[in-house]
Amino acid sequence: MIEAHSLTKDYGDKRAVDALSFLIRPGIVTGFLGPNGSGKSTTMRLILGLDAPTAGRVTVNGKLYREHAAPLHEVGALLEARSVHTGRSAQNHLLALAQTHGISKRRVAELIDLVGLHDVAKKRAGDFSLGMGQRLGIATALLGDPATVMLDEPVNGLDPEGIHWIRNLLKQLAAEGRTVFVSSHLMSEMALTADHLLVIGRGRLIADTSVEEFVNRASKNIVRVRSPQAERLRDLVVGSEVTVLALEPGILEITGLTAEQIGDTAAANGVTLHELTPQQASLEEAFMELTRDDIEFRAGTGDLEEAA
Amino acid sequence: MTEVGLTGPLPRLPHTGRVTQLRVVLSEWTKLRSVRSTRWALLIGAVLTIGFPLLFAAVTSSRWGHMSPHERANRNPLDIALAGVNVSQLAIAVLGVLAVTAEYSTGMIRASFTAVPKRLPVLWAKLGVFSLVAFVLSLPAVVIAFFASQAILSRHHILQISFSHPGVARSVIGGAVYLMLVGAFAMAFGAIIRSTAGGISAFAAIFFVIPPLLNVLPTSWNNAVNPYLPSEAARSIFSLTHGPHSLAPGPGLALFVGYTLLAVAVAAVLLVRRDT
Repeated sequence: MIEAHSLTKDYGDKRAVDALSFLIRPGIVTGFLGPNGSGKSTTMRLILGLDAPTAGRVTVNGKLYREHAAPLHEVGALLEARSVHTGRSAQNHLLALAQTHGISKRRVAELIDLVGLHDVAKKRAGDFSLGMGQRLGIATALLGDPATVMLDEPVNGLDPEGIHWIRNLLKQLAAEGRTVFVSSHLMSEMALTADHLLVIGRGRLIADTSVEEFVNRASKNIVRVRSPQAERLRDLVVGSEVTVLALEPGILEITGLTAEQIGDTAAANGVTLHELTPQQASLEEAFMELTRDDIEFRAGTGDLEEAA
Repeated sequence: MTEVGLTGPLPRLPHTGRVTQLRVVLSEWTKLRSVRSTRWALLIGAVLTIGFPLLFAAVTSSRWGHMSPHERANRNPLDIALAGVNVSQLAIAVLGVLAVTAEYSTGMIRASFTAVPKRLPVLWAKLGVFSLVAFVLSLPAVVIAFFASQAILSRHHILQISFSHPGVARSVIGGAVYLMLVGAFAMAFGAIIRSTAGGISAFAAIFFVIPPLLNVLPTSWNNAVNPYLPSEAARSIFSLTHGPHSLAPGPGLALFVGYTLLAVAVAAVLLVRRDT
């Protein structure tokens, strides 16, 4: 369980995390969603105490992370930036971290097998591919049998097989009753793995909801209608709350009414309908809609010119 | 790697152990011994500590017949025996800096501080393990260097001095103490500056740049300041004799230990306060 209260972090003049409050519960996968640079990695560093908050606090299982006697049993973390000495073998990397908690060599070997690194365990971590590096990061995170698993952009740069591997892993860990907190800037990825979502933009919390609610809230209830009497139907439904878009002859997209309301109106006025389909905004659209104002650098705002 | 997902459920840990200073020491020992470049640098340091005295003893022996009485009088058997210390100090200092800064440049420090979020145990363990390793390797190296160089010189019956002669044992062991302290001093600068280039530069500036710069000062000023520089205070630990403008071994050792503790204290405060 991770609990944040008005968590705030400034780097110089820049506010990276702005008064975040949230509760991350065990037993489910909580997705941490936001555009690049929205403060996800900073929040995770604050949780681990790698960076100190400017204001507010964040606790793990009721205590500041650094106050736990055996921190690796509380949180296992995979940070986005690589956190491995390139000159050390995977095995010695894990062993050095295990020894701080008196975790046995046998456990290290067990985890190496578990993540499928057996054949390269004695090779320099600096020579690892991105996928092997991620697997080593996962082994590091799971070393202490942690109650909370926190992964920052775990699927970034992975091949489809690796992505599939991570998805199954997250679900399995949550099913074991652990708290699973995973960040991504890809809504589609979150939709496949997460049960609950924290959405942030420019360091502020935008949404704290289930995946389902999130989509419903962001979608605009567009209904697609096909009718030989499209123009007549448009005149019947259009109003201050209702907009109608004529995409092509005979096809309308109506916003502001439910499919039932449109169908009833059509029947009452003898308008023939050939199609009546509620359109849900895609997850990606929902995400874009919510974070539109929170993406810091958009194309065509002149930032590139200034930089040049 | 064809398997998808974990090959099974994550096995539970039968018992959970807490972080202790001793465990962190064990972890730092694993870190130190498991990087190939560190092992090589330590080996080269030990070889240089022994090799240079052998070289100088051989050269001095072969040139002895051509030396003026004045030049012969200026030869000192301990300068020859401990010549390698001046060379290997650079290897030890660079390693001391690297043991900390390589963690920052590779990102390993985030893993280290996630495992030990109180942070200070990591600094104490690094200092302890590295100092001990530096001393344990340096001590046999300087002792071997002393007896081996004496053996070469004895074949020509020149520059003989006994290990039991007053001050000799202290100087030889002092050479190993010097290397150990230099390593700890450099490590503290690595922790303060957090970059390899910066840490090594700071060490080089303090040990190799500032002392000759002071020669530009009026002699009386230079004589007043020079003995108290970190490099000169440290050097008095393994000098057999000390002149009017250098510290005796005891005070020199105490002063350099003081400098090292000061650097370590600054490093400790910054380590706890700074973001990683």
